[in-house]
Amino acid sequence: MMRAWLIQHWHALIFTIRRFINAPFTSFLSMAVIGIAFSLPVGVYTLLLNLQAHSGQITEAPQLSLFLKLNPGNSEVEAIRQRLESHPQVTSLRFVSKELALQQLAQRNEMADIVENLEKNPLPDAFVITTHRVAAEELERLRVAMSQWPAIEYVQFDTAWAMRLDALLKLGQLGVIMLAALLSLALVMVVYNTIRMQILTKHDEIEVSKLIGATDSFIRRPFLYFGAIQGLAGGITAWLIIALGIHIINNELVVLSELYTVDFHLKHLATNDFISLLLFSAWLGWLGARLSVASYLWQIEPK
Amino acid sequence: MISFQNVNKRYPDGYIALKNIVFTIEAGEMVLVTGHSGAGKSTLLRLIAAIERPTFGKVIVSGQDISKLKQGAIPFLRRNIGLVFQDHKILFDRNVFDNVMLPLEIRGVDVKVAVRRVRAALDKVGLLKKEKAHPITLSGGERQRLCIARAVVHRPSILIADEPTGNLDVGYAKDIMDMFKSFHHVGVTVLIATHDATLLEDKQQYRILALDHGELLV
Repeated sequence: MMRAWLIQHWHALIFTIRRFINAPFTSFLSMAVIGIAFSLPVGVYTLLLNLQAHSGQITEAPQLSLFLKLNPGNSEVEAIRQRLESHPQVTSLRFVSKELALQQLAQRNEMADIVENLEKNPLPDAFVITTHRVAAEELERLRVAMSQWPAIEYVQFDTAWAMRLDALLKLGQLGVIMLAALLSLALVMVVYNTIRMQILTKHDEIEVSKLIGATDSFIRRPFLYFGAIQGLAGGITAWLIIALGIHIINNELVVLSELYTVDFHLKHLATNDFISLLLFSAWLGWLGARLSVASYLWQIEPK
Repeated sequence: MISFQNVNKRYPDGYIALKNIVFTIEAGEMVLVTGHSGAGKSTLLRLIAAIERPTFGKVIVSGQDISKLKQGAIPFLRRNIGLVFQDHKILFDRNVFDNVMLPLEIRGVDVKVAVRRVRAALDKVGLLKKEKAHPITLSGGERQRLCIARAVVHRPSILIADEPTGNLDVGYAKDIMDMFKSFHHVGVTVLIATHDATLLEDKQQYRILALDHGELLV
């Protein structure tokens, strides 16, 4: 029984390979169509992953900087510290004295010259705090409230841009999902149509096979193999397109990186994402084939 | 083996092909189904192979009620039947050998065993020398024999042939009938639909089911 099953699968696989060889141009075209269609959502996804990797470190907890008025008294600093420590929304605080701030500034290459030429420290003392994750409006209310505190000059919301970027990325992800859903549908339809064409040329064989005792799964099998392999090939094509794209962009980014003395380059799709992509596209191909054969078998079934 | 119980078949367009058919065929019998064209011979054979279902009445084949058979069970019923089609239904995209191979492929028979059985079947119908030939090069009689080889290669217990001698000259027709007789002799239940008068010369040898306008003549 097991042996018969294996033999049948072997036949189906041989059949599929023969189909690809017999119609190389058509096979190549469908693969390219699937690959190009798929490279769009995968490409956007890869870009988003790269952006996220660069914004990721900052988007932990919301961060605020409280800049004190110049030359506050020790008691004033202490009062603010106590007030912050007992504040229910503050999760951590760090005091950055103006001396420390100047030191940190001096460590940056581009600022070193400027710092050296300063006659006196123009920087204020500051508290850097993090708060619980809450809605943006609540953070804004907190910022305004703290600005009113005595001896506070200005309160700055450090991570506002990161939160905005994060929200934008989430929007981008939604876009990717919608794009992927649409193009997945397109892939299913492409395979559906390819298989339909094949079925039409195999009409006699299917009819005779059914009459002499072939099960539906026997008839379906070679087409399912074909659909899955076509989907898989499309997935690989999509990945190749993306890999080539990243390679070209990275070549340009090298020039840019040297000009700006920062290291910025696009990373390739991770292995598990790559495997997911291949499995998903193979599954979609299988699905298209399955639907195509099912609709055909339903048509020829005696009523 | 095969039993019809008050079987009626009406097509969707209202045409009544069979009316109240009752008969039983025992295992190992050889039966000729005769009648003018349009008498319902083909319909009767198609009902046995579950290619069609009765409008009402029961068709029992190998203990299974065709009218109640689930769609998924039909292939397994057909694997026990050998079908020789009126229009041959030979596949022209492959050679003689591969045509006969098809039923064994469907069953997933081991290739070595299958090759042996295909050769045996081709030998039986006298086509062994033409196994590499393409069906398009075969004569009408050879195509008919190819169709028979494909029908018996999986050793069915029921062999059904629809007008197997339809377009053949008398000598050929006799050969074909002799082939069916030899299957009958090894215990296969054989049903042949025919309107060919030349086959009826030695009709006392077989049981005859005569159809007339969808009704069974006694």
